[in-house]
Amino acid sequence: MRSLCCPPSAAADVIELTAQPLDVGAMTRSVQTDAHGAVVTFLGTTRETSPGDPRPVAALEYEAYPAMAVAEMETIAREARERFGPLEIAMMHRTGRVALGEPSVAVVVAAPHRGPAFDACRYAIDALKARVAVWKREVYRDGGAAWIANTPS
Amino acid sequence: MPLVHVLAFARLRELLGFGARELEVDDGTTLDDVWVRLSRDAPGLDGLRSSTRFARNGALADGGTLLREGDEVALLPPVGGG
Repeated sequence: MRSLCCPPSAAADVIELTAQPLDVGAMTRSVQTDAHGAVVTFLGTTRETSPGDPRPVAALEYEAYPAMAVAEMETIAREARERFGPLEIAMMHRTGRVALGEPSVAVVVAAPHRGPAFDACRYAIDALKARVAVWKREVYRDGGAAWIANTPS
Repeated sequence: MPLVHVLAFARLRELLGFGARELEVDDGTTLDDVWVRLSRDAPGLDGLRSSTRFARNGALADGGTLLREGDEVALLPPVGGG
Protein backbone atom coordinates (compact mmCIF):
# COMPACT_ATOMS: atom_id res chain seq x y z
CA MET A 1 0.00 0.00 0.00
CA ARG A 2 1.21 3.45 -0.81
CA SER A 3 2.06 5.54 2.23
CA LEU A 4 0.08 8.74 2.57
CA CYS A 5 2.93 10.60 4.17
CA CYS A 6 5.81 9.93 1.83
CA PRO A 7 5.09 9.18 -1.79
CA PRO A 8 8.13 7.81 -3.61
CA SER A 9 10.06 10.39 -5.59
CA ALA A 10 9.09 8.66 -8.81
CA ALA A 11 5.40 9.19 -8.07
CA ALA A 12 3.32 10.50 -10.95
CA ASP A 13 2.72 14.24 -10.84
CA VAL A 14 -0.73 15.22 -9.57
CA ILE A 15 -2.20 17.02 -12.57
CA GLU A 16 -5.94 17.46 -12.78
CA LEU A 17 -8.91 19.51 -13.82
CA THR A 18 -11.66 19.55 -11.23
CA ALA A 19 -15.06 21.11 -10.68
CA GLN A 20 -14.48 20.91 -6.90
CA PRO A 21 -12.71 23.46 -4.64
CA LEU A 22 -8.93 22.95 -4.77
CA ASP A 23 -7.46 21.09 -1.79
CA VAL A 24 -4.07 22.76 -1.50
CA GLY A 25 -3.18 20.75 1.61
CA ALA A 26 -3.63 17.50 -0.27
CA MET A 27 -1.60 18.86 -3.19
CA THR A 28 1.20 19.82 -0.80
CA ARG A 29 1.22 16.38 0.80
CA SER A 30 1.36 14.82 -2.68
CA VAL A 31 4.64 16.57 -3.56
CA GLN A 32 6.51 16.63 -0.26
CA THR A 33 9.13 14.00 0.53
CA ASP A 34 12.08 13.81 2.91
CA ALA A 35 14.33 14.76 -0.02
CA HIS A 36 12.72 18.20 -0.33
CA GLY A 37 13.66 21.25 1.71
CA ALA A 38 11.39 23.71 -0.07
CA VAL A 39 7.75 23.82 -1.14
CA VAL A 40 6.48 26.78 -3.18
CA THR A 41 2.75 27.25 -3.79
CA PHE A 42 1.14 29.57 -6.31
CA LEU A 43 -2.61 30.18 -6.05
CA GLY A 44 -4.45 32.13 -8.71
CA THR A 45 -7.61 33.50 -7.13
CA THR A 46 -10.64 35.06 -8.76
CA ARG A 47 -10.61 38.84 -8.60
CA GLU A 48 -13.40 41.38 -8.51
CA THR A 49 -11.78 43.83 -10.91
CA SER A 50 -11.01 43.09 -14.54
CA PRO A 51 -8.25 44.93 -16.39
CA GLY A 52 -10.43 45.07 -19.50
CA ASP A 53 -13.84 45.93 -18.09
CA PRO A 54 -14.97 48.48 -15.51
CA ARG A 55 -17.87 46.31 -14.29
CA PRO A 56 -17.41 44.46 -10.99
CA VAL A 57 -16.95 40.72 -11.48
CA ALA A 58 -19.36 38.40 -9.64
CA ALA A 59 -17.77 35.04 -10.55
CA LEU A 60 -15.61 33.34 -13.12
CA GLU A 61 -16.53 30.35 -15.26
CA TYR A 62 -13.89 28.06 -16.72
CA GLU A 63 -14.20 25.68 -19.63
CA ALA A 64 -11.54 23.19 -20.70
CA TYR A 65 -10.68 20.70 -23.42
CA PRO A 66 -9.73 18.09 -20.85
CA ALA A 67 -7.62 15.74 -22.96
CA MET A 68 -5.44 18.52 -24.35
CA ALA A 69 -5.32 20.52 -21.12
CA VAL A 70 -4.09 17.64 -18.97
CA ALA A 71 -1.58 16.50 -21.60
CA GLU A 72 -0.14 20.02 -21.83
CA MET A 73 0.11 20.36 -18.04
CA GLU A 74 2.00 17.05 -18.00
CA THR A 75 4.36 18.40 -20.66
CA ILE A 76 4.92 21.56 -18.59
CA ALA A 77 5.73 19.47 -15.50
CA ARG A 78 8.28 17.51 -17.53
CA GLU A 79 9.82 20.71 -18.89
CA ALA A 80 10.07 22.19 -15.38
CA ARG A 81 11.95 19.09 -14.22
CA GLU A 82 14.31 19.24 -17.22
CA ARG A 83 15.08 22.91 -16.55
CA PHE A 84 15.20 23.05 -12.77
CA GLY A 85 16.28 19.61 -11.69
CA PRO A 86 14.64 16.96 -9.55
CA LEU A 87 11.34 18.19 -8.19
CA GLU A 88 7.76 17.13 -7.59
CA ILE A 89 4.93 19.19 -9.01
CA ALA A 90 1.18 19.30 -8.56
CA MET A 91 -1.01 21.40 -10.86
CA MET A 92 -4.77 21.69 -10.64
CA HIS A 93 -7.25 23.95 -12.43
CA ARG A 94 -10.92 24.46 -11.67
CA THR A 95 -13.64 24.08 -14.27
CA GLY A 96 -17.15 25.48 -14.06
CA ARG A 97 -18.17 28.38 -11.87
CA VAL A 98 -15.68 29.71 -9.32
CA ALA A 99 -16.88 32.18 -6.71
CA LEU A 100 -15.00 35.39 -6.05
CA GLY A 101 -11.88 35.00 -3.94
CA GLU A 102 -11.52 31.25 -4.48
CA PRO A 103 -8.45 29.70 -6.10
CA SER A 104 -9.07 28.79 -9.74
CA VAL A 105 -5.57 27.39 -10.24
CA ALA A 106 -2.87 26.00 -7.94
CA VAL A 107 0.72 25.02 -8.67
CA VAL A 108 2.70 23.37 -5.86
CA VAL A 109 6.37 22.50 -6.35
CA ALA A 110 8.66 20.66 -3.94
CA ALA A 111 12.41 20.74 -4.59
CA PRO A 112 15.57 20.17 -2.57
CA HIS A 113 16.13 23.96 -2.27
CA ARG A 114 14.04 27.13 -2.57
CA GLY A 115 15.75 28.47 -5.73
CA PRO A 116 14.57 25.75 -8.11
CA ALA A 117 11.23 25.52 -6.27
CA PHE A 118 10.47 29.22 -6.92
CA ASP A 119 11.81 29.08 -10.48
CA ALA A 120 9.87 25.95 -11.41
CA CYS A 121 6.64 27.27 -9.89
CA ARG A 122 6.94 30.53 -11.83
CA TYR A 123 7.76 28.65 -15.02
CA ALA A 124 4.81 26.31 -14.62
CA ILE A 125 2.15 28.95 -13.98
CA ASP A 126 3.41 31.16 -16.83
CA ALA A 127 3.41 28.22 -19.23
CA LEU A 128 -0.01 27.09 -18.04
CA LYS A 129 -1.54 30.50 -18.68
CA ALA A 130 0.03 30.71 -22.14
CA ARG A 131 -0.57 27.18 -23.41
CA VAL A 132 -3.16 25.10 -21.57
CA ALA A 133 -6.58 24.62 -23.21
CA VAL A 134 -8.67 26.38 -20.58
CA TRP A 135 -10.96 29.36 -21.19
CA LYS A 136 -12.27 31.95 -18.75
CA ARG A 137 -15.56 33.81 -18.80
CA GLU A 138 -16.06 36.77 -16.50
CA VAL A 139 -19.60 37.06 -15.20
CA TYR A 140 -20.38 40.60 -14.08
CA ARG A 141 -22.64 41.74 -11.30
CA ASP A 142 -24.87 43.49 -13.84
CA GLY A 143 -25.61 40.11 -15.46
CA GLY A 144 -23.32 40.50 -18.47
CA ALA A 145 -20.40 38.22 -19.28
CA ALA A 146 -17.31 38.14 -21.50
CA TRP A 147 -14.63 35.62 -22.52
CA ILE A 148 -11.21 36.83 -21.41
CA ALA A 149 -8.02 35.70 -23.16
CA ASN A 150 -4.66 35.82 -21.42
CA THR A 151 -2.22 38.40 -22.69
CA PRO A 152 1.24 37.05 -23.55
CA SER A 153 3.52 37.55 -20.55
CA MET B 1 -17.85 10.51 -47.17
CA PRO B 2 -15.70 10.72 -44.05
CA LEU B 3 -17.42 11.64 -40.82
CA VAL B 4 -15.49 13.82 -38.36
CA HIS B 5 -16.29 14.92 -34.83
CA VAL B 6 -16.02 18.70 -34.32
CA LEU B 7 -15.51 20.33 -30.90
CA ALA B 8 -15.86 24.08 -30.33
CA PHE B 9 -14.90 25.87 -27.14
CA ALA B 10 -15.72 29.06 -25.28
CA ARG B 11 -16.57 32.00 -27.58
CA LEU B 12 -16.40 29.81 -30.69
CA ARG B 13 -18.84 27.37 -29.09
CA GLU B 14 -21.29 30.20 -28.44
CA LEU B 15 -20.93 31.69 -31.93
CA LEU B 16 -21.34 28.30 -33.63
CA GLY B 17 -24.18 27.20 -31.40
CA PHE B 18 -22.65 23.78 -30.64
CA GLY B 19 -19.95 22.34 -28.43
CA ALA B 20 -19.76 19.05 -30.31
CA ARG B 21 -21.22 17.77 -33.54
CA GLU B 22 -20.63 15.28 -36.31
CA LEU B 23 -19.78 16.65 -39.74
CA GLU B 24 -19.72 14.80 -43.04
CA VAL B 25 -16.85 16.03 -45.19
CA ASP B 26 -15.57 15.31 -48.68
CA ASP B 27 -12.39 13.31 -49.19
CA GLY B 28 -9.46 15.73 -49.22
CA THR B 29 -11.09 18.15 -46.76
CA THR B 30 -8.66 20.16 -44.62
CA LEU B 31 -9.09 21.91 -41.28
CA ASP B 32 -9.27 25.24 -43.11
CA ASP B 33 -12.10 23.84 -45.27
CA VAL B 34 -14.04 22.93 -42.12
CA TRP B 35 -13.58 26.47 -40.78
CA VAL B 36 -14.82 28.00 -44.05
CA ARG B 37 -17.82 25.69 -44.15
CA LEU B 38 -18.82 26.38 -40.54
CA SER B 39 -18.31 30.13 -41.04
CA ARG B 40 -21.02 30.19 -43.70
CA ASP B 41 -23.65 29.53 -41.06
CA ALA B 42 -21.97 31.60 -38.35
CA PRO B 43 -21.04 35.08 -39.63
CA GLY B 44 -19.72 35.92 -36.14
CA LEU B 45 -16.64 33.84 -36.98
CA ASP B 46 -15.49 36.43 -39.53
CA GLY B 47 -12.19 37.90 -38.40
CA LEU B 48 -11.52 35.18 -35.81
CA ARG B 49 -9.53 32.79 -38.01
CA SER B 50 -6.17 34.41 -37.22
CA SER B 51 -6.66 34.02 -33.45
CA THR B 52 -8.08 30.48 -33.71
CA ARG B 53 -5.92 27.38 -33.46
CA PHE B 54 -6.92 23.93 -34.64
CA ALA B 55 -6.26 20.57 -33.10
CA ARG B 56 -6.67 17.18 -34.74
CA ASN B 57 -6.99 14.18 -32.42
CA GLY B 58 -5.70 16.16 -29.45
CA ALA B 59 -2.63 17.72 -31.10
CA LEU B 60 -2.29 21.21 -32.57
CA ALA B 61 -2.45 21.08 -36.36
CA ASP B 62 -2.07 23.44 -39.33
CA GLY B 63 -5.05 24.56 -41.36
CA GLY B 64 -3.80 22.53 -44.29
CA THR B 65 -4.03 19.24 -42.39
CA LEU B 66 -6.12 16.63 -44.21
CA LEU B 67 -8.95 15.00 -42.29
CA ARG B 68 -9.72 11.32 -42.11
CA GLU B 69 -12.73 9.28 -41.09
CA GLY B 70 -13.27 9.46 -37.34
CA ASP B 71 -10.94 12.39 -36.66
CA GLU B 72 -11.65 14.65 -33.71
CA VAL B 73 -11.30 18.29 -34.76
CA ALA B 74 -11.13 21.04 -32.13
CA LEU B 75 -11.54 24.78 -32.68
CA LEU B 76 -9.56 26.61 -30.00
CA PRO B 77 -9.88 30.33 -29.24
CA PRO B 78 -7.04 32.11 -27.36
CA VAL B 79 -6.67 30.44 -23.96
CA GLY B 80 -7.55 32.13 -20.66
CA GLY B 81 -6.60 29.78 -17.86
CA GLY B 82 -5.40 30.88 -14.45
